[in-house]
Amino acid sequence: MARIAGVDIPRDKRLETSLTYIFGIGPAKALQSCMGAKVDPGTRVRDLTDEEVVRLREWIGEQYTVEGDLRRQINQNVKRKVEIGSYQGLRHRRGLPVNGQRTHTNARTRKGRKSAVAGKKKAVKK
Amino acid sequence: MPRSLKKGPFVDDHLLVKIVEMNKRNEKRVVKTWSRRSTVIPEMVGHTIAVHDGRKHVPIYVTESMVGHKLGEFAPTRAFRTHGGGDRATRVR
Repeated sequence: MARIAGVDIPRDKRLETSLTYIFGIGPAKALQSCMGAKVDPGTRVRDLTDEEVVRLREWIGEQYTVEGDLRRQINQNVKRKVEIGSYQGLRHRRGLPVNGQRTHTNARTRKGRKSAVAGKKKAVKK
Repeated sequence: MPRSLKKGPFVDDHLLVKIVEMNKRNEKRVVKTWSRRSTVIPEMVGHTIAVHDGRKHVPIYVTESMVGHKLGEFAPTRAFRTHGGGDRATRVR
């Protein structure tokens, strides 16, 4: 069992893929971590030596913000924007897209599932 | 892409002059401005700036955490007043 950055225990996969299970590490950072800790990205996680695991853990620990810390950081940034009453904060408050996307259609990720609007006419086909 | 650091933050001159002047005299007064594009700089902290939203000036009390944002971010230009409400008869005309 390899335990890197808290509770993440991805196993049986190639190391570079396994690492992406950590919040805050995608394909690019996963590969970077392998290089930085001098571990072959192709090895399966179960085949890692204890020493390699320790090296990875330390390297990631000092290079990247991951998991809880990262989540906290994101929340703080959002909270700051909300508190200073900036436009982006307002969008966060309303649960609408923040970066100027259209809301006429789409934006379902931010708005959640569709809800019916009373009295809205459906387009009539000719 | 963010603005080059070499240039420093952008603040319209007419606004900057007023702020600097007020800091020099140590006075606090509401400054009206249309310059939504100006960056909030540390010199503005503690002042109240009335930023134009296209219709009126919205007074903004500048705090430290606002530094780096643009003035316009704090004065929304659109006022959304809910959809629907009125029944069909009035809406169809």
